[in-house]
Amino acid sequence: MAPASPTTVGGGTGEASVERIDVEAVNSPAKRTLYKAREPIHPKRVHGKYRRLKWAIMALTLGVYYALPWLRWPRGVNEPNQAILIDFAGSRFYFFSIEIWPDELYYVTGLLILAALGLFLATALFGRIWCGYTCPQTVWTDLYIAVERWVEGDRNKRIKLASQPWTTDKVIKKISKHTLWILIGMATGGAWIFYFHDAPTIAAQFFKGQAPFSAYFYFALLTATTYVFAGSMREQICTYICPWPRIQAALTDADTLEVTYKSDRGEPRGAHKKGDSWEGRGDCVSCRACVAACPMGIDIRDGAQLECINCALCIDACDDIMARVGRPASLIGYDTDVNMVRRKAGMAQKYNFIRSRTILYSVAFVLVAAIMSWALITRATVNLHVIRDRTPPYVMLSDGSVRNAFTVKIINRGNIERHFQLDVDGPDETGVSVVGESVDGRSLELAVADDAIRSIRLFVTLPREAISAPSIPITIKVRDIRTGEEAATSTVFLSQGR
Amino acid sequence: MADNETDGGEIEIDDHSGVETTGHEWDGIKELNNPLPRWWLIVFYICVIWAVGYWVMMPAWPGITGYTKGLRNHSERQNVAAQITQLEEARAEATQQLVAAPSMEAIESDPALNQFALAAGASLFGDNCATCHGAGGQGFKGYPNLNDDAWIWGGALEDINKTITVGRRSTHPETTNTMMLAYGRQGILSRKQINDLTEYVLSLSGQTHDAAAAIRGAQEFAAQCTACHGADGTGNHALGAPNLSDAIWLYGGDRATIHETLWDGRGGVMPSWEARLSEAEIVALSVYVHSLGGGE
Repeated sequence: MAPASPTTVGGGTGEASVERIDVEAVNSPAKRTLYKAREPIHPKRVHGKYRRLKWAIMALTLGVYYALPWLRWPRGVNEPNQAILIDFAGSRFYFFSIEIWPDELYYVTGLLILAALGLFLATALFGRIWCGYTCPQTVWTDLYIAVERWVEGDRNKRIKLASQPWTTDKVIKKISKHTLWILIGMATGGAWIFYFHDAPTIAAQFFKGQAPFSAYFYFALLTATTYVFAGSMREQICTYICPWPRIQAALTDADTLEVTYKSDRGEPRGAHKKGDSWEGRGDCVSCRACVAACPMGIDIRDGAQLECINCALCIDACDDIMARVGRPASLIGYDTDVNMVRRKAGMAQKYNFIRSRTILYSVAFVLVAAIMSWALITRATVNLHVIRDRTPPYVMLSDGSVRNAFTVKIINRGNIERHFQLDVDGPDETGVSVVGESVDGRSLELAVADDAIRSIRLFVTLPREAISAPSIPITIKVRDIRTGEEAATSTVFLSQGR
Repeated sequence: MADNETDGGEIEIDDHSGVETTGHEWDGIKELNNPLPRWWLIVFYICVIWAVGYWVMMPAWPGITGYTKGLRNHSERQNVAAQITQLEEARAEATQQLVAAPSMEAIESDPALNQFALAAGASLFGDNCATCHGAGGQGFKGYPNLNDDAWIWGGALEDINKTITVGRRSTHPETTNTMMLAYGRQGILSRKQINDLTEYVLSLSGQTHDAAAAIRGAQEFAAQCTACHGADGTGNHALGAPNLSDAIWLYGGDRATIHETLWDGRGGVMPSWEARLSEAEIVALSVYVHSLGGGE
């Protein structure tokens, strides 16, 4: 499906109310070479329901990104009160009521698996809605284009400005645009660092020049990436750098809703004069409003293609034209390949959302979500690590008895100081002692500070006559005296044997 | 110096590629004189400029008596010294607490300070003590195991601290110099007396022995050994005389080794660490060693 040649488009003989735009898809197969300089894309403004939806999603996603670090969440003394905080210095991740230690990173892994499965499911059902509406690259590029349009005007003015010599007006416009872009980039980089430090504190430090180097580094990095990716690289990120366009092709099928030019309705295309019959021709009037609106610079009428991010702006552009020429809307719209074939065959449209792959993704999602929730609900707030001495593995004492030494670490993940009773289970003759603590029989009470690890040296002794084997199983356990929560570790008592 | 000029001064051009040759030829294969890639040349020139700047800014050229210092006055040695100072400053408060603590027992009962002392002690032990006493203080023949409850010179914190500070049989003026005499080699006792004594020492720790010889040996023990090892052979920390009635032997508790000890004498040396380690470091080490075996 080659794009209509410019000669059939221009001419001015068409529908009086429809402007014909001299534009071609940047990825037109006829022009493809192995290397090609980027062609600037000047997306034309559109109005319509998808544009309004995109504004709303942009406001929501940017609002969440910029405001979330400022959300407070009281956790008590000695704990940060920021709802979401990745605290590298304190090696903790705070997410509302959840507090993750570095050894619990599998929760984050689970979250990423959930995100991936959710993305798979959404893609199988609705195509690249992630790319089209919520991907940061799309959102920020959309914002940058809006700024560009506000400063330099819409498509035609921008094209004219680009080709005109460097006048004062052009210089002012360019400087204004880039200044605004950099300011947005700085706000983006600035908000990023708030996720890693207490936001009000780091904000004050940042402006006084007292923030750590990493804060300034990531501020500068995110400012630069935002400015470069959304300002000048734009669609090249999606086309050349992002792996997702390649992967998503494997996730969609003939029943997936995607932004589609309904060729069964649009072809044969061509200019249409007011009053002419619509008999024997398609609804597409070759105005190329869809191409002009496209931020990727492609022609949706060429069919599904890697470059298309399904942003739906061509739907709005085309609907506007269809209304003006008096044809039904949705010549370009969310459609499935199956329905295109069915319409051509004169059959009714059919949507099939429950398919093997959507069932598979849903089941996997629910399963992982259930495992994650279970793990989170039953998450232990006390853990016990027992590390035995290896040099020497055991020691003979002066009375001939044998002693094993262990380093015992009691991990209190709670937000208050807790008292634990430590017990050693083993043969009846087992003797227990701890450096710097008094032991009552085989158990002792230990206080562990809030949100901390306490390490003790524990000695387990067996008299010679009680040693029945070179390796005797013993169990070391701790129990929260107040709540009764327990943690236990099985280990062995080593000796030369009987 | 144009190699590629023929006798007539003409430059040979390769027919196939249109590139001039260097004039070098091997079995009919001629080397083309392609120019270096421009990016490579640019990088090369940048490196040359960088190198000149580097000579000016950084220490670079060796001389007879020294080297060029460079404008930045950079010195890795100074940097390391500064970093060590920085580290010491960061640890100063806790280090100060180690010295200022009323007693080493007080350090052990303060979890935070104890943790600091143990961490510092473990590192110091690895650097200074592990060579003889083993990585975990497990000891070797002649080098005491620091994990057990037998302490030749005392296992209380103060004793351990003193052993590390002044050493034992070391060159330090305050050290203890008592030692096990070579009863056989020096002719103090006869071979038979030593044989009897060996049987008696075996009997002290309940090992199999010749009862008749042991009874004879008991008299020699009372005469020669009780001054240091005590009447019951339980030893004396002040003199570094080991307990002979327990299950732990520094050199070995079998008949042959006991005989060898009696014949040749013993006198293991622990050097003094006062000159090499600071007071705080010795305190940290004492707490660490005490924690290994629970001490006394």
